[in-house]
Amino acid sequence: MKDNGTTALTPDQLKGQALANADTDGARALHRIVIVGHVDHGKSTLIGRLLYDTDSLPPGKVEELEAVSARRGMAIEWSFVLDAFQAERDQAVTIDTTQIWFKTALRDYVIIDAPGHREFLKNMVSGAASADAAIVVVDAAEGVREQSRRHAYLLHLLGIRQVAVVVNKMDLVDFDQARFEEVSKEITEYLESIGASPMVIVPISARDGDNMAKRSWRTPWYDGPTVLSALDGFHGHPGLGAQPLRLPIQDVYKFDARRILAGRIESGGISVGDTVLFSPSNKTARVRTIEGWPEDDKPESAAAGESVGITLDEQLFVERGETVSHVGNPPKLTTVFHARLFWLGHKPLTVGSRYKLRLLTQQAEVTVESIERIVDTQTLESSAGDSVERNAVAEVTLRSRQVLCLDDYGDLPKTGRFVLIEDYDAVGGGVISMEGLPDQRQVVEVKSTNVISVEHRLTADNRATRNGHHGGVLWLTGLSGAGKSTLAMEVEQRLFAKGYQVYVLDGDNVRRGLNANLGFSPEDRTENIRRVGEAAALFADSGIICITAFISPYRVDRDRARASAPGRFHEIYVKADVETCEQRDPKGLYKKARAGEIRQFTGVSAPYEAPEAPDLVVDTATETVPESVERIIRYVEKVFVLKRGERPQA
Amino acid sequence: MDHLDALEAQSVYILREAYARIEPLAMLWSLGKDSNVMIWLARKAFFGSVPFPVMHVDTGKKFKEMYEFRDRYAEEWGLDFLREVCPPIEEIDPSLPPAARSAARKTEGLRQAIAKHELKGVIAGIRRDEQATRAKERVFSPRGEGGGWDFRDQPPEFWDQYKTDFPPGTHIRIHPLLHWTELDIWLYTQREGIPIVPLYLSKDGKRYRSLGDEDITNPVESDAASIEDIIKELRTTNTSERAGRAMDHEREDAFERLRATGYM
Repeated sequence: MKDNGTTALTPDQLKGQALANADTDGARALHRIVIVGHVDHGKSTLIGRLLYDTDSLPPGKVEELEAVSARRGMAIEWSFVLDAFQAERDQAVTIDTTQIWFKTALRDYVIIDAPGHREFLKNMVSGAASADAAIVVVDAAEGVREQSRRHAYLLHLLGIRQVAVVVNKMDLVDFDQARFEEVSKEITEYLESIGASPMVIVPISARDGDNMAKRSWRTPWYDGPTVLSALDGFHGHPGLGAQPLRLPIQDVYKFDARRILAGRIESGGISVGDTVLFSPSNKTARVRTIEGWPEDDKPESAAAGESVGITLDEQLFVERGETVSHVGNPPKLTTVFHARLFWLGHKPLTVGSRYKLRLLTQQAEVTVESIERIVDTQTLESSAGDSVERNAVAEVTLRSRQVLCLDDYGDLPKTGRFVLIEDYDAVGGGVISMEGLPDQRQVVEVKSTNVISVEHRLTADNRATRNGHHGGVLWLTGLSGAGKSTLAMEVEQRLFAKGYQVYVLDGDNVRRGLNANLGFSPEDRTENIRRVGEAAALFADSGIICITAFISPYRVDRDRARASAPGRFHEIYVKADVETCEQRDPKGLYKKARAGEIRQFTGVSAPYEAPEAPDLVVDTATETVPESVERIIRYVEKVFVLKRGERPQA
Repeated sequence: MDHLDALEAQSVYILREAYARIEPLAMLWSLGKDSNVMIWLARKAFFGSVPFPVMHVDTGKKFKEMYEFRDRYAEEWGLDFLREVCPPIEEIDPSLPPAARSAARKTEGLRQAIAKHELKGVIAGIRRDEQATRAKERVFSPRGEGGGWDFRDQPPEFWDQYKTDFPPGTHIRIHPLLHWTELDIWLYTQREGIPIVPLYLSKDGKRYRSLGDEDITNPVESDAASIEDIIKELRTTNTSERAGRAMDHEREDAFERLRATGYM
């Protein structure tokens, strides 16, 4: 999956950025920080020490801690701060997330702590999903452990892009630079393997306060920021304003003469006078006003994070679920997408199950089409399987009946993630990848206007009467090497000999002429099939039986071709498994694909969506070519030949 | 966008989600500083009109100033105002300590009002920083039949996708101010010029920091005679906001028990 991971910053950059933020944030902004790490690596000590270093402890608390610690024969134990806080604040209850407030000279912070192991994922998700940044605590002696990895993985999946690492208990390894670098390397490698990177890594001793608020003399070899200045270097909502506009419509209000479209801008900005596009309906209009209350508060423009209401210069029928963008940079439209998801449901997620999907303000029913891999959040090993258990992470493909508008998570996080609902509850959340899948928008755009269809004076029936058979499309679909071209050519020859008007459209031939300008990206493949579908429909219209031989891997593309020749489209699934096709490999393409020379090769590194209800299936793995040809001919004679008495009035 | 703008935008988003997805819906108005901000935010969200009833569950024991405030602004703000009364104290569990019993009466009044209007959603102005059990709340918080809250097993809530589907017989409490602090409320009240009940301002060295029923709410020592003074005071205080609320302090877990049975 693509990723817009952060890059590491130098101390100077951190300082500069912090000051710039302090300036632009106006009133003191509140930053939400989640602290994670393996058990006993020092999370509580870190929090206790942060509260002490920022003067956030109530009067008398330090003396009390010293006394309690002395009684146990130890120097001051900062983690007791947290225990005491919790006892005071929460009385006898164990809670799911605590929030602890503190401030630096620059701004206010809330620490979100998510204890509790049994319900770990559900509570961590609820607490941490809204965090602006995270601190991962790693023990200098023990190094990266199971929980450090699992927490980091989930943080990344939740969309937290600002991560600082603290290597704690440096006093236990004598502030050894080599050991620090070893642990730094270990955690950096892990984070990079999941597409993240730490902004800073700070060597600390939380207990003694080394590199917490002040530089420590015990780490003369370290010249990066302290923990506090690293916190102040985090920014609130990075760069949302510079991204493309996404404004999902929450509702349409008609309380008075105005018809106001209300919603929150998730990214980008909008101005009065902008021409905007609605997805998935694909309508456009101009923004007449941005409304406000009180009445005199009508802005000329608005940006990411703002809840707004707009009116349009024309009456469009728009409802909740549509997303507003600019025309030049719209979200993708699709009925299928890949996702990496975490599963919280008591019942496992299984292939074929249906769930309610919520994506921004859209709601749709989706089916789990496949589970590509299941990731064990303990070991991070991945495996195959057809069900995903509670608290696991998996890569899946989901399909919806209605067209959804969305973005790749790597491009736009807020519009590239979704929640799944089962019965009444959220049972999973995931981030979207459209890799290898076509944007279904470009093929529905009609670029030319003033096109008026002309009525033919000759009807299809006239042509059928002359030819003795109807025109139509025999659409052969199947993997490369399944035998589509072989069958198409053979069937063409046989039908021609029997007196049929017949013609084959073949992939390689079409790509030399009509589609010479198309490559093999998902969008180009879709456009390739769209044009073939339109051309085949013209052949069918002219009374000819048009046989096409294209892999045409996406169901949605074939459905569109079917819609181009309504009533005359016949889908023939030329079935053969990948192993069989790979053995045949008539064009040597599988060999190249396996060698990595061809990216996105259907069946190897790109999906093939088999027909759900084909008109005819020929299984070339079990039957001979003459057998398959015979079955297709019989099918043609059954459905295309004019029946006796079927003599339409000319 | 500054801090208050961000809080406002998030609350407006929550109110619009509630209005779009839950019907019938009502907003609770306790006449206090938080619920006044909440009504103000609703007017922002819906461009001047509040498209659902605003309901005061009346114990009959509020301060005179609060009733005056209610009658004036229900009219000035053009609210669809509902007044619901609480059952008499005699009908409430006599084993409860006096202040908790009084609060339980309010809970029962709310339960009856929800049943009477068959409400699927109730918007309430609680905040996470008020009290530890409220810190655990969700923005859309499901309640069982009878209004009970199961704080040990709450639905996950992330990416602003809130729980809006639930079985018959239950309802949702919606908390558009959950992410605000007491200081935020006053800063916003000051910035927007939102009217307040004058009891919040100091008189003879005392003021009310939190307003409940007249017989169980006590003023705190304070010289803060303006909103500006209150903001200054809050920036330095270490005392809890609900220090003047008697029912929180009768037993260690009194407040939690109240909340579990449906109290705000």
